[in-house]
Amino acid sequence: MPAGHQPILELKGITKSFGGVEALRGVDFALLPGEIHGLVGENGAGKSTLMKIIAGVHTEFSGRFLVDGAETHFRSARDAHAAGIAMVHQELSVAPDLTVAENVFLGNQPVNRFGLVQWRRMAREAGEQLARFGIYVDPMSRLGDLPIGLQQLIEIARVLFSGARIVILDEPTSALSPPEVERLFTTLRRLREEGTAIVFISHFIEDILRVSDTVTVFRNGRKVAETASAATSKGALIEAMIGRGGETLEHSYTDDLMLPRPSDSPVVLKVDQLSLARSLQDVSFEARAGEVLGIYGFMGCGQQELSRILFGKLKPDSGTLAVEGAPKTFASTAAARRAGVALVPESRRDMLFHQEPVYKNISISILDRISALLLKPAQERDIARHQVEQLQIRPPVVGLDLGMLSGGNQQKVALAKWLTYPPKLLVLCEPTRGMDVGAKNDVINIVRDLRAKGLAVIVLSTEPETVLSLADRILVLKRGALVREFRNEPVSKDRLLEAA
Amino acid sequence: MASSDTVPAAAARARGLAPFLRSQMRNIAPFLTLIFLSGFFAFASPSFATLDNLGNILTQVSVTGIIAVGLTFVILCAEIDLSIASIANVTGIAVAYFTLQESYVNIANVPLPGAVAIILSILLCALLGLVNALGLTVIGIPSFIMTLAMMQIAAGISALLVRGQIAYKVPSLITTLGSGSIGGIPWIVIVAAIMLLGGHLVLTYTRFGRYVYMVGGNREAAEYSGLNVKLILGAVMVISAVCSGLGGMLGVAHFGSAQQNEFDTYLLDSIAAVVVGGTSLFGGRGGIGNTIVGLFVLGVLNNGLDHVNIDSFLKILIRGLILLAALVINVYAQRLREKAAE
Repeated sequence: MPAGHQPILELKGITKSFGGVEALRGVDFALLPGEIHGLVGENGAGKSTLMKIIAGVHTEFSGRFLVDGAETHFRSARDAHAAGIAMVHQELSVAPDLTVAENVFLGNQPVNRFGLVQWRRMAREAGEQLARFGIYVDPMSRLGDLPIGLQQLIEIARVLFSGARIVILDEPTSALSPPEVERLFTTLRRLREEGTAIVFISHFIEDILRVSDTVTVFRNGRKVAETASAATSKGALIEAMIGRGGETLEHSYTDDLMLPRPSDSPVVLKVDQLSLARSLQDVSFEARAGEVLGIYGFMGCGQQELSRILFGKLKPDSGTLAVEGAPKTFASTAAARRAGVALVPESRRDMLFHQEPVYKNISISILDRISALLLKPAQERDIARHQVEQLQIRPPVVGLDLGMLSGGNQQKVALAKWLTYPPKLLVLCEPTRGMDVGAKNDVINIVRDLRAKGLAVIVLSTEPETVLSLADRILVLKRGALVREFRNEPVSKDRLLEAA
Repeated sequence: MASSDTVPAAAARARGLAPFLRSQMRNIAPFLTLIFLSGFFAFASPSFATLDNLGNILTQVSVTGIIAVGLTFVILCAEIDLSIASIANVTGIAVAYFTLQESYVNIANVPLPGAVAIILSILLCALLGLVNALGLTVIGIPSFIMTLAMMQIAAGISALLVRGQIAYKVPSLITTLGSGSIGGIPWIVIVAAIMLLGGHLVLTYTRFGRYVYMVGGNREAAEYSGLNVKLILGAVMVISAVCSGLGGMLGVAHFGSAQQNEFDTYLLDSIAAVVVGGTSLFGGRGGIGNTIVGLFVLGVLNNGLDHVNIDSFLKILIRGLILLAALVINVYAQRLREKAAE
């Protein structure tokens, strides 16, 4: 353990707010050379905000920022880079059409004195670097032809070998297979020996415990615990992440919640052995009428892909879908809609027409039913008005452009659009993300209402609260596979996190 | 001019007048341009602001107008069709090819009854549009490239049909519609007006028209709404080709001859009419109303420049500059609108 060294990076009393909302409140954070520092916390706990401050992405904050004991203020990510700080973001940011070698040397290819790229030297050095990482690929092959996990490893390798003294990895393992995770950890340990400081953010607490020396826990913008990894456990960390007691007005779902007896109403959707490249493996489940099925998992666990397959936007590599017993292969989203399946994706931008009035956004799903050829705007408005009233959309003006509504009300419009249809199966992705408590409750009530009307509803979320507040039955998706089903038994946030 | 009924009054109340005007800039700017140009030419030339000359302008923009109807659908979907002029040309040539020519015309053609010739020609342009549609939707070739290829293909068919010769005769119905007139009004103006009106009605009052705006406004959202986006995109490509074909047939009758490269200038003119009128190149905004204003801006400009006796080579440059200005306004209006929506 590299204890006793002077911290390579030290932050004191960091406070950062976005438009009046405090994302970080008086956080102290120190990083020692030759240390792997794990960071855990729920979505929105402040991990990423802190890392973006360190990487020079956020430059406005209060508090002290010391590098090698000297007060520093980065004005840009470039400054941070010059100080030897590099970050690997969660989303892959490689150039798939360039060669592996070009990707490794992106932005600083070796050139000869005429300014021409030295291809042979670049290929050789890239090959050597990657070999240190246990990656043996032809450096001149096109990066996009390699599997996603390998691409991610190469991106991580590029950053790790860029000579940075401080490396921040945000969810590096979510797209990696177990042997790839192993390779990554071996490399991280080797870099630690060489004195590099590494920050490792992950939802996979097992990974954090295996590779890091120290773990810091964030909750609601505060640092709530910092402990040696050897001295803690998954359970203790989850407890620290969630916190006990009524800290917020909202139901915190820390206590056990009893799931109801599984319903024996007819099966609306049957999914059998669905697989998609590296995203989903042999996923099988059923959704029944009058039941809300929750599917919980971390970011990148395959939820998004699953929802797109159900709505005909993505085609699975293998596996079958059946709606009310009839096997389906959706050629398009139009086919899925005709079969009675509806999807509300996590991004409202993707499913609503911001420059069109509310009523057109609502009527789009039923236009073919109310008008054969000519539009019937009066009827469209009536239907929209009815929905606006039912769902208490504010302001209740159906002619207003959608873009002028608040996020919560837009989400209600997204629901209203399908409620008029109405589908047999409604798939909701992150239905309450980014909403205030009032809007959240409204959405929860709407979904309960739909269940009462006999719809099958599937709620996919990376937030345990969302799933717990809505679902009658919960499936846990982990790295593309269903690993646990909660039915007719007590469930809580701890139990969900434990399973994922 | 806006085809959408977005309750402007409510919008104005909610946001104030200035942002409302800003959001309507794409409709207002072309109109002001038209008024300005008309005023300028009326002032500069006594022969410009006459009823006769208005008739001239209407006749001059008719072929462009017929072609621009279909192109408006395409641009509303945020796609482009570069094959319109070539398809117009090949359809005009085809209808002459299927008509008995005078003996001095040296083309090995296939004379057929007039109705059959017209139907075959329309089928030809519809087929070429269908190829565009399949390339765009099934194969996934961007419309810019797909229609660029079609531009060559259609030109190639034209070349094979006429082999450098010129045909003159077309079926009598086409001759009447292209060059005849009724009660002093040229038939071609009436046809253009009917087609523009038809296009407007389809876009504004039919379900298909709504889908065109929705697909253009946010293709992703249209797909997430379960619309058959590919079917709609394919349909607009066929509509565009058929409008071009009709424009080509009447154009041939209007000019009095069918030959290679006859319609080359109509590609730029049609695109310019749609875009100058304020239909968004990013899709979802604008409509036939905008296209009509755009047609008049171009028509007044072309006609007016003749009246003020300007260097005919300078004319080309001026047209280019006006088009550039319209593009700047188009892109700028989109940005303002997006800001207003946020």
